[in-house]
Amino acid sequence: MANESGVLVVAEVAEGALAAITAEVLGAARRLADELGQPVQAALLGQGVEPHAQKLIAAGADKVYVVDDPTLAEYQSDAFVPAAEKVCREANPAIVLLGQTDIGRDLAPRLAFRLETAVAMDCLDLAVSDGRLVMTRACYGGNANAQHTCKTMPQMATVRVKSQEPLAPDTSRQGEVSKVAADIDPSAVRTKITGRRKEEAGGIRLEDAEVIVGGGRGMGSVEAFQTLEELADLMKGAVGATRAACDMGWYPIPKQIGLTGKVVSPTLYIAVAISGASQHMAGLSGAKNIVAVNKDPEASIFRYCRYGIVGDWKTVIPPFLNKVRQLKAE
Amino acid sequence: MVHMICCVKQVPDPETPASQFKVDEAAKKVLPVPGIDPVADEYAILGVEAALRIREALGEAKITILCLGPEAARDAVKKALAMGADEGIQLTDKAFEDGDSYATARALAAAIKKLEPFDLVLCGRQAPDWDVGVTPSVIADLLGLACVTRASDVKVADGTLQVERVLSDGFETVETSLPALVTISNELGEPRYPQLREIMAAAKKQVTVWSVTDLGLDPSQVGVAGSALSLDRLYVPVHEAKCEFIEGETADEAAGKLASTLREAKLI
Repeated sequence: MANESGVLVVAEVAEGALAAITAEVLGAARRLADELGQPVQAALLGQGVEPHAQKLIAAGADKVYVVDDPTLAEYQSDAFVPAAEKVCREANPAIVLLGQTDIGRDLAPRLAFRLETAVAMDCLDLAVSDGRLVMTRACYGGNANAQHTCKTMPQMATVRVKSQEPLAPDTSRQGEVSKVAADIDPSAVRTKITGRRKEEAGGIRLEDAEVIVGGGRGMGSVEAFQTLEELADLMKGAVGATRAACDMGWYPIPKQIGLTGKVVSPTLYIAVAISGASQHMAGLSGAKNIVAVNKDPEASIFRYCRYGIVGDWKTVIPPFLNKVRQLKAE
Repeated sequence: MVHMICCVKQVPDPETPASQFKVDEAAKKVLPVPGIDPVADEYAILGVEAALRIREALGEAKITILCLGPEAARDAVKKALAMGADEGIQLTDKAFEDGDSYATARALAAAIKKLEPFDLVLCGRQAPDWDVGVTPSVIADLLGLACVTRASDVKVADGTLQVERVLSDGFETVETSLPALVTISNELGEPRYPQLREIMAAAKKQVTVWSVTDLGLDPSQVGVAGSALSLDRLYVPVHEAKCEFIEGETADEAAGKLASTLREAKLI
């Protein structure tokens, strides 16, 4: 392929609407495309997804390629990879972007392979320099940042959740919608989904919460998290946990915040008995104010905090909770 | 007999305190920390654990460890052998070094092909150095294998693979036929810790070293030479936040002050 032009976003639809990450990635795509003087394209893959094409245009896309097919009803890489490849070969973009989501993590590496290129995963920053895409991502558990460029086309990246600003949706934006036939041979799909179990962990979704109380290795037990739930309820927030706490079975896996868990962006994050290891902090890149309670004055968490208390959470959090209750009652 | 191949690698210890983590920006490498040895990639070790559990369920199976890395990476292979794997293959060659996921996958896939016949390849979901999680999918594509990622449980029965995989909001069960490739996530549980007896027995197990020519590859296909992604910069980001420590005569007092401070800052 040659004469590549455009920034193509592989869109995701969740629960009948555009996934928030898609709007974020489109925002980044728009900024990159404007700098390159190229269009923004979107690939919309699924079943019954065509009605969402206009939303993608409102969010910044100039042209939407729709692949609407029963084989794409649920995500399976053997169906989505060839469909995405087909769109990319037709659109011939210079850049392909996906969200770092369940789908993006699985689809991007294989799509890059099919397109004979490479992908930089979980990027925090994307910029254009001398016409090339400069991709910045975290590594070593978040201790370091790596900056990459790609020698082959298209240049591909997955984008970390909540790292990019979406555009304000503009329903007056005009764009083109093009339908692409899937051409997927159902027998080429080698995996079969035999069941799905949603972990209804309840409460406010971590990804949406403005206030989050997080518990770590120092919590000590399942019961200890009840105190955090009481505190979070009081502040109309959600409770999250570090991988260490989840591995111990103290809190459900979908509530894990970190590199291999959720990425959150609350206005306030209260870290209780959390050391502040980079892998956990990687999930908090969007948190605006971090407050920590930890027994160890040398704990890494304090390097990220606005406020902190050195102390045992068992002696600090209960009176803190009472004072918050008192302040809220005033 | 079912033959499983587990890919492992050696990485700087992810438990290295952030304050001791340093990068040589000119060389674009992480500096080794005196007294903190590299470790085997924990997710890859869970891949070995998953293979061992499958062997226990089947009664017998052959487990081969495959590791791309410098000579010092032998420790990761030895750990896997001590856990119970049968033999190891190390891919050691300057040509293999510093490759992106695609270049590294080319080398590993060539080695796996050389180890045919096999039924299952197990990898960690992502390695705790680069945190990328791409290499396994590419290995699968190079070998034409179905790939199932982020497994919390893996079962082999009658030529099929049954996987429970982790999603951001729950779990999903997936079935595919063998041969296949699966990546393992920490939700699988705890890996077994080898006893001294097993560590000593591991010293007698065969480890073979292959170079780029042993794999029939050209150096231009692997390592830095074979990479599309170039690493232009590696650096430690600076964390600007200056923490205000709230103190008091008692924990109660400090806690109360914190609440008031947050109220004043309009955070609660």
